[in-house]
Amino acid sequence: MSTHTEHAESPKAEAVKYAATLFVLLILTAITVGASYINFGSGNIVIALTIATIKASIVGLIFMHLLHDKPVNAIIAVAGFVFLGIFLMFDFLDVDSRTNPQPTNLHTPPAITAPAAGAPATPVPAADQRKE
Amino acid sequence: MEQQFDTSKIGMWLFLVTEVLTFGGLFAGFGLMQNKYPQEFVAAHEELKRWAGSTNTVVLLVSSFTAVMAVLMARTNQGKKCAMYLWATVGFAGIFMCIKAYEYSVDFSEGLFPGKYYSHHGDLIAGSHGYATFFSFYFMMTGLHGLHVLIGMVLMSWLAIRARRGDFSDKYYTPVDLVALFWHLVDMIWIYLFPLYYLIT
Amino acid sequence: MERTLTSGAILGDRPRPAKNYLNETKGIWSWLSTVDHKRIGIMYLIAVCTAFLIGGIFALLVRLALLNPQHTLFGKHWVTAEMYNRFFTLHGAIMVFLFIIPSVPAALGNFVLPMMLGAKDVAFPRLNLASFYLWCAGAALAISSMVFGAVDTGWTFYTPYSTTTDGAVGLMTMAVFILGFSSIFTGLNFIATTHKLRAPGMGWFDMPLFIWGIYSTAIIQILATPVLAITMVLLLIERVFQIGIFDSRIGGDPVLFQHFFWFYSHPAVYIMILPGMAIISEIIPTFCRKTIFGYRAIAYASVSLALLSFLVWGHHLFVAGESDLANVIFSALTFLVAIPSGVKMFNWLTTMYKGNISFETPMLYAMAFLFLFAIGGLTGIFFATLAVDIHLTDTYFVVAHFHYVMMGGTVIAFLGGLHYWWPKMTGRMYSEKWGRIACALVFIGFNMTFGSQFVMGGRGMPRRYFNYLDQFQPIHAFSTYGSWVLGSGLFLTAIYLLASLKVGKLAPDNPWGGTTLEWESSSPPVMHNFEEQPVLEHEPYDYRHRTVTHV
Repeated sequence: MSTHTEHAESPKAEAVKYAATLFVLLILTAITVGASYINFGSGNIVIALTIATIKASIVGLIFMHLLHDKPVNAIIAVAGFVFLGIFLMFDFLDVDSRTNPQPTNLHTPPAITAPAAGAPATPVPAADQRKE
Repeated sequence: MEQQFDTSKIGMWLFLVTEVLTFGGLFAGFGLMQNKYPQEFVAAHEELKRWAGSTNTVVLLVSSFTAVMAVLMARTNQGKKCAMYLWATVGFAGIFMCIKAYEYSVDFSEGLFPGKYYSHHGDLIAGSHGYATFFSFYFMMTGLHGLHVLIGMVLMSWLAIRARRGDFSDKYYTPVDLVALFWHLVDMIWIYLFPLYYLIT
Repeated sequence: MERTLTSGAILGDRPRPAKNYLNETKGIWSWLSTVDHKRIGIMYLIAVCTAFLIGGIFALLVRLALLNPQHTLFGKHWVTAEMYNRFFTLHGAIMVFLFIIPSVPAALGNFVLPMMLGAKDVAFPRLNLASFYLWCAGAALAISSMVFGAVDTGWTFYTPYSTTTDGAVGLMTMAVFILGFSSIFTGLNFIATTHKLRAPGMGWFDMPLFIWGIYSTAIIQILATPVLAITMVLLLIERVFQIGIFDSRIGGDPVLFQHFFWFYSHPAVYIMILPGMAIISEIIPTFCRKTIFGYRAIAYASVSLALLSFLVWGHHLFVAGESDLANVIFSALTFLVAIPSGVKMFNWLTTMYKGNISFETPMLYAMAFLFLFAIGGLTGIFFATLAVDIHLTDTYFVVAHFHYVMMGGTVIAFLGGLHYWWPKMTGRMYSEKWGRIACALVFIGFNMTFGSQFVMGGRGMPRRYFNYLDQFQPIHAFSTYGSWVLGSGLFLTAIYLLASLKVGKLAPDNPWGGTTLEWESSSPPVMHNFEEQPVLEHEPYDYRHRTVTHV
């Protein structure tokens, strides 16, 4: 019993398809490397990641057969990237929107006198749990 | 049999998703650290050899091609050719590892180590941790990726021996398909690794 | 052969098979090398219950240390702050990673899920055994970390303390890493099994809701746990190499650790609660003899909980230094994630309405769940509210909240499921009288221990603190006494359950009159689950017709 009904093409045609895909991937690699020599400012990373995503999609759809497989495999694959994207998105959102405000009641601390024997020079934080 | 093949494929894709999220976590860490140290990261990446990275990218893409060809050969009852393509994939993977090893040796000789062992001289922003952090991530991610390349090499060598023995046919080629999927993921990770580490300006 | 099922206990009309999965092959090696999902489930059950015992002992020690602010017992000092930090850390780490995450899926799910689907086993039986051995390896590392200096960072391993402190943090993080993969492989197995191994005639919306719950849990296990794994790796590498990712003194960001950690750990709490809810969805229709209300709503709510759970982790970082914008967004999303849980609660209650309810122990635990999870879930909403969270976070209020959802929710549901499927797994009936007494002790003890903690937290008692002001001493003492009541209830449960193995009545195939497929097998089941491949011919929980035909 053949395990694939969706292979309507002959093996030779399939091999040609894979070779053509490799060719496209190599071209895209060349474009990526070439683009890195040109200064697009902040556009560089966008271009690089876009081309990388196109390459990864091609590898996934054609080399990994997602185009012809049952949809469940593609859903699983996409889900992984979507949730990774959620992680990245919220992390960058947090980091980029931090304003690091100073406390509004900040005032200069009182002058520090010479420490008594055994006593700490600065106020010990209330969270110290060693005291009985 | 078809049910078993489909089930195995679902299982493999689920495993690949866990790999995506594992490496993705590292990519996230790298991205956020780059956000924190943009100048240091750009400067640090100059230390990496662009030719080595580009060659490795090409090598892995070609190995992806040979891997999928191996699956095709297994599926069309051409065991000997399947083995040949699998050995070719192993060979390209080996070239990748050799280039990587060369890169690492040059890096070490220049004092580029991860974390507290970073001893490179001549960094522009003195005292900044950004350079060491870049290389920490570089070694972590290429190291983990390299480990996966080695695992792939071992698996494909084992499969090549089995293919030569005639274990695979159009009725049963699941292991070849699954290991090839793993290999393509390894390639995919490099597809993202390469521009982020070697090409960012 | 048609059999119409009547209400009440069902006596199988076929003879009890001589050989079942328990005695088919003998010897410890036949168990340790088994790939039978039922035997693996039993091994997991023993393993997680042992972990529960150890984690529980640490809990009792924590409460004992807090009995009075002088930390004395009969006038003698017996515990230091350092010891106390280790107690609560180990309590948390063992309970979360060794007990609660695997408990329902790996122990009960492994046993029941394939049978409910009408399958012989899971999709990847050897991977199932591997999951178990990974748990054992993780447990061994966790125990060795206790021996070699223990951990005092809290189960959350916040940096930079965890990256710089002495102590066996490395061993514990490696344990967590390995346990993570145990969880991942279990989830992987269940997803593949649910997709491909259902009985003929069983479409997605003919599956029992237990399956929907376990399936949703498995989605989270696959997507979230790898991030935990890489977080542990990064923590370890930070300790060894000081790469400067989490420690601000060397250029890192401690809040980044918290993002990484909670991206897993928030969905993880849904790994904990979804299987518990799944059990409740089984128990209530059976003991109310009524079709569940809103089957599709509960199914969709399970999956949406799994997916939405990934959008809210920032609510653990409200006071950690997260930006205001992120805070507001996470707060809003946290309100959203409460909705599917609410949907389920109302559906369960409506199922009970005008049902023919009987109050066996599983049903008592299910009703306890409804009460306790409602409190736990609603107090979670308090924390979603930013203005309230700022005051209540890191107090005993949050300790009470998460114990109400994790223990009052998951553990109570686990106990309910354990009693529900005990006849199926062991072929014995437990003592209903002792079951009800123990349930009452557990319920009362639990509310004593943790209800009082809401009061303490509201009055300002911080969590994880060894020292406290005298004004809190009466409440602390009350909570400690409650822990003894709770502990005695659980201890009693262990006793009568184990005793039933020797003196319990032999169980019929279907003691509760359940309609899901696992009740079609003998108690205990034969090795391959069913004598003939079952074919599903009715809706799930169909208490109107309840006729099952065998092919």
